[in-house]
Amino acid sequence: MLKRVHFPPSVLPYLLVAPQVIITLVFFIWPASQALYQSFLIEDAFGLSSEFVWFENFVYLWNDEIYLATFWRTGWFSLAVAGLSMSFALVLAGFADRVVRGAMIYRTLLIWPYAVAPVLAGALWVFMFNPTLGIFPYFLEFAGIDWNHYLKSGQAMLLVILAAAWKQVAYNFLFYLAAMQSIPKTVIEAAAIDGAGPIKRFATIIFPLISPTTFFLLVINAVYAFFDTFGIIHAITQGGPAGSTTILVYKVFNDGFVGLDLGGSAAQSVILMFLVISMTVVQFGYVERKVEY
Amino acid sequence: MANINLVNLTKSYDNTEVLHHIEGSIADGEFIVIVGPSGCGKSTLLRMIAGLETVTSGEVFIGDKMVNDVEPAHRDIAMVFQNYALYPHMSVEQNMAYGLKIRGLPKDEIAKRVREAAEILEITEYLSRKPRQLSGGQRQRVAMGRAIVRDPQVFLFDEPLSNLDAKLRVQMRLEIRKLQKRLGVTSIYVTHDQVEAMTLGDRLMVLNAGYVEQFGTPVELYQCPETVFVAGFIGSPSMNFLSVTVADGVLTLENGATVAFSNGHSGTALLGVRPESLIANPDGAVRLKVEMVEQLGANTLVHGHLEGTGTEMVASLPGIETVESGTVLRFDAPQEALHLFDAATQKRLET
Repeated sequence: MLKRVHFPPSVLPYLLVAPQVIITLVFFIWPASQALYQSFLIEDAFGLSSEFVWFENFVYLWNDEIYLATFWRTGWFSLAVAGLSMSFALVLAGFADRVVRGAMIYRTLLIWPYAVAPVLAGALWVFMFNPTLGIFPYFLEFAGIDWNHYLKSGQAMLLVILAAAWKQVAYNFLFYLAAMQSIPKTVIEAAAIDGAGPIKRFATIIFPLISPTTFFLLVINAVYAFFDTFGIIHAITQGGPAGSTTILVYKVFNDGFVGLDLGGSAAQSVILMFLVISMTVVQFGYVERKVEY
Repeated sequence: MANINLVNLTKSYDNTEVLHHIEGSIADGEFIVIVGPSGCGKSTLLRMIAGLETVTSGEVFIGDKMVNDVEPAHRDIAMVFQNYALYPHMSVEQNMAYGLKIRGLPKDEIAKRVREAAEILEITEYLSRKPRQLSGGQRQRVAMGRAIVRDPQVFLFDEPLSNLDAKLRVQMRLEIRKLQKRLGVTSIYVTHDQVEAMTLGDRLMVLNAGYVEQFGTPVELYQCPETVFVAGFIGSPSMNFLSVTVADGVLTLENGATVAFSNGHSGTALLGVRPESLIANPDGAVRLKVEMVEQLGANTLVHGHLEGTGTEMVASLPGIETVESGTVLRFDAPQEALHLFDAATQKRLET
């Protein structure tokens, strides 16, 4: 039996955890509870009075077709972003894992996009795809494609997905590369001797062995697409044209700060809050199931 | 089945040569052990034969085919790694079937071969388990199984027993030997353990600092070591080395004692004599001042110095003997047990 060391009661431990507790309370718990309270209120048009209405805001959202459409749009937007950036990162990491010369330079360059702020990333893509000035619409015209994401909703969605995925590639790449490099070299060599070529090895050995990373990244990317893409969308399309690139988090902003429907907006953010909580729970539930090397 | 030929093989990393002009021809069905201290290049040599390392210069032949630029997959070899390198996400059965599946064998043929290999290695009951549910010895067997189901031309072993405990190692060593004899597949086995090397190999290639010191049968290496390194590396406890002066058929030890020795050489040399070749004799010429005694049961190891010098010596006495430290024991050795080496080149001076 180990002897436990006993200390006399002291305020020191409380003082030491106080900063963390205070930060959590002020910046997370307080705003979250404010949002929760706000979601039960309806404010009049002039902002002079508010009425406590219980779940009326939520019931309204449940019956609002535009909101439900936004929900589905967000779902497939985040799926597209996660799928696109993860598969691209996977391919890049697969190559980087095989690079021997200049590996450091290659990796460093690939990590750069992660350091670009979302709004700047958005601005970058706006310039590249500007229908009149951009370089890409110029080339696309040769292929017979008339690019105008200000008017065409499909193109607008494609553009925000591309921009959002591009920014996340670096992050996914890092995790995939780390996962691939933690696979023992001899396992890969054994597969090579067993007759598997590079593509077969990737499909039957490397990819199954990094599946815990894939699952982790899937959750992280979904959360990213749900929340952190706000800046990109704001810079590129402002949710348009005609709401076709408005995802949940953008609608919270639009309805609350532009439309001034504070109660409805708060109700939407409460729903988002529960979504991210459930995603996190799922992730922690599965994170224990790791493949042993 | 195939013979293997290594022709003037060298390996360099960034202009540093680590393997120097390795030559060797291995007959079909032979069991060759490459042995040497860590860092001598033995694993690198094996990996070059496997195709996992590039060849800087020289040629590797498997069968009659030069395989320098052939992918490992197409060399028709199987390899057992030190850390087993089993595929962690596959069951034992899938691990063993993987190579066959890639080669496109029919399903029933794969099942048959896996079952046979599993029976030989007595792992039939573990076929559905994952590698992490197995002990070290069982994983070792699975790794062996993965090699034998493929029915390759050559087996390569890279220190396959060094992660096992001592008892299991001895047992697996015998099993590998029996299995290799039964299958008759040309095998190359890398180890740093000279006992493992002596018991397993038909022939041993002793590597030191990237050079082949000697390539011969275990008995040749023991009885007739070509260099001081081989003489000291093979045999346990290692051989004693004493500096001597040779003149007119007489060896003069450092402390002035003389031993008759008919050899054409003269000048200074290094005399090698194995501890077990020293025979206690009250009139013996070699006087050993005892410092410490190790009782091993079957024999007794007497550690000490050649009397009057700082040269360390070990003698092995049969049975259990009690010797006080500080006493002086006298030994003789038959002429055929004396090995004479050139002090400068470290090479054997032939009688």
